[in-house]
Amino acid sequence: MSGEKTYVEDVDRAFYDFRNEEKDVYRVRSGLTEEIIREISREKNDPDWMLQFRLRALELFHRIEMPDWGPDISGLDMDNIVTYVRPDTARMHTRWEDVPAEIRDTFERLGIPQSERESLAGVGAQYDSELVYHSVREEVAGQGVVYTDLESALHGEYADMIRQHFMKLVPPTDHKFAALHGAVWSGGSFVYVPPGVTVEIPLQSYFRLNAPGAGQFEHTLIIVDKGAHLHFIEGCSAPKYNVANLHAGCVELFVGEDAVLRYSTIENWSKNMYNLNTKRARVERGGKVEWVSGSFGSHVSYLYPMSILEGRGAGCEFTGVTFAGAGQNLDTGCKIVHNAPETTSYVNTRSISKSGGISTFRSAVVVTPKAEGAKAAVSCQSLMLDDQSRSDTIPAMDIRTSKADVGHEAKIGRIPQEAVYYLMSRGLSEEDAKALIVSGFAENVSKELPLEYAVEMNNLIRIEMKGAIG
Amino acid sequence: MAEQLLKVEGLTAGAAGKEILHGIDLEIGRGETHVLMGPNGAGKSTLAGVLMGDPELEITGGTAVFDGEDLLPLAVDARAKKGMFLSFQNPIEVPGISLENFLRTAIEQRTGKRTRVWAFRKEVKALLEHLQMDPGFAERDLNVGFSGGEKKKAEMLQMLLLKPSLAILDETDSGLDVDAVRTVSKGVEEFQKDRSASLLIITHNAAILSALHVDAVHILVDGKIVETGGPELIGRIGREGFAGFEERAEDAG
Ligand SMILES: Nc1ncnc2c1ncn2[C@@H]1O[C@H](COP(=O)(O)OP(=O)(O)OP(=O)(O)O)[C@@H](O)[C@H]1O
Ligand SMILES: [Mg+2]
Repeated sequence: MSGEKTYVEDVDRAFYDFRNEEKDVYRVRSGLTEEIIREISREKNDPDWMLQFRLRALELFHRIEMPDWGPDISGLDMDNIVTYVRPDTARMHTRWEDVPAEIRDTFERLGIPQSERESLAGVGAQYDSELVYHSVREEVAGQGVVYTDLESALHGEYADMIRQHFMKLVPPTDHKFAALHGAVWSGGSFVYVPPGVTVEIPLQSYFRLNAPGAGQFEHTLIIVDKGAHLHFIEGCSAPKYNVANLHAGCVELFVGEDAVLRYSTIENWSKNMYNLNTKRARVERGGKVEWVSGSFGSHVSYLYPMSILEGRGAGCEFTGVTFAGAGQNLDTGCKIVHNAPETTSYVNTRSISKSGGISTFRSAVVVTPKAEGAKAAVSCQSLMLDDQSRSDTIPAMDIRTSKADVGHEAKIGRIPQEAVYYLMSRGLSEEDAKALIVSGFAENVSKELPLEYAVEMNNLIRIEMKGAIG
Repeated sequence: MAEQLLKVEGLTAGAAGKEILHGIDLEIGRGETHVLMGPNGAGKSTLAGVLMGDPELEITGGTAVFDGEDLLPLAVDARAKKGMFLSFQNPIEVPGISLENFLRTAIEQRTGKRTRVWAFRKEVKALLEHLQMDPGFAERDLNVGFSGGEKKKAEMLQMLLLKPSLAILDETDSGLDVDAVRTVSKGVEEFQKDRSASLLIITHNAAILSALHVDAVHILVDGKIVETGGPELIGRIGREGFAGFEERAEDAG
């Protein structure tokens, strides 16, 4: 553990902010041209359809306008973003010892091998744009579960399955950054769980950005077949740089009939990151998607995981916490489309803002005429730690059947002074008392996370709370 | 006379611009048990709050020395670390924090050491049993949805765990059923015996006191201590109420 420094205004992130000296084997030029896309594609040994896909996406990227409805992203200079950075590791590694020492050190500080030892089935950790470390435990593979990097899966047994699903939920036409993603995506995971299989231990993936000005465009594709169960964890932590950084990843989740997929994320991007991530799930009859989401880092975030409930009785639960500190504008939320009878959704979110941070939560519930008997409940709570910070909730409801039950509640509050006094009377410092109260506020998320992630999340809250006093 | 632990002199304090305590003198020796009685609204909780450092209260005059140190400038947590404890009349509910997690954080702050998880769990479990509380309370959110009596027992649990040198019990017995009063009283008795710690017990009932050794009783009326005496005062108030003392407060005021 590195020594902790305490800043008064900015938050002490020394504990998580470390980086390696850059040692890129290869880096493409900054601006985005067809030539560059072809270069990337060649380098990745893409199948031809993927190259064509990338080129069409590039065209769309140039045509689609920047979004103008959310937080300011004019700080993003697309021409200067190096879109593809590869670390000093060309091959995939299935043994931890084979990973280069320098990279291993970075991951060790992020606690990856440890968490793997502790209970995780497989690790697909992305270092810059490349998957450098990947392993799946025998027992999981033995169940017929495929957990691999998407790029190599494009050439294997599951190539057709990927082709059928890749960017079908999030088409490049969706928005400018989805188009960008389609053109330059790189790295990411592919998971397939066969019918009826329950994966007992969570699969995890740890993404981080490590090069100044580098974008990260990992693609996660998960298919959980009929009656199967999976918990997938995505964790992010990135070192801090002054050059604008962009993350435009994409997550596509296909949840089969009666299948259950839990997708947990802790995002801790450094405070200069533009996090424009797109996540979407499609749920068939009787299936369920459970999103657990903690957003802490980044300068600006646009993040609204969407769930499309396509089959009768399909369900969605969304549990989230967003913490916006100084200089952060985190625009998060979720969208749920009820497109079949008796579908249910339950949204429970907390947002915290501090030292001028802005946290906006947008929820959108759409109930189509097909969704008779649908039930939706949305509950959003915000905690503002001072007068300079802002917290808004923007609910949108589009209900097209009279036979649906839709509820929404929102609350905005402050840390109760009596609670701080009460905790201090037991010997807790003011800082610790407040951190504990905030942790308690975010407990909707931490109680859904595996222990080591819950601990990390509470550590993040403590770090964010440092210097909040005065 | 025991070694002095707390000495309050001429203390005046109030809230929202209004004076509530009009000059309090109070001395508590190490290992002594004092009882503070008085009618509703007399200022008993205010006095307890001033000693603990309630940020709502304003101190306008006087001094307080606790364990050889000027108490009033100390922050609330510093007072706690020095051995002050207040069992609140209305303990606050703190959602999202389990009782156990909170207790562990508190004890680590108090001792400056990390606790051993299993030893600590055992201790908490034993205390819960002792207070006739369900072991499941350890996992429940701090005070959230606890009944009135359960909250008071949870306060006692904290006292027994944190082992303060001065525990102020602000009506810890009110809202407790007969059996619970006996349970709590037993806990207090043990605390009194084992720790040779001091107590300031604020109460409206003699029941909790019956099994305890009491060194002194103070009667607080209208923000003033109008009489200090031995345990015999408890019986007298039981029979006659505060009427006689109230007249005295008016005379003095
Ligand atoms: N924060 C506050 N703001 C305004 N008035 C207050 C505040 N705290 C206490 N008071 C007032 O001061 C007086 C004393 O209150 P206190 O709670 O100390 O009484 P008490 O002796 O503990 O009574 P009880 O036996 O009912 O608990 C009351 O009139 C109360 O309304
Ligand atoms: Mg009172």
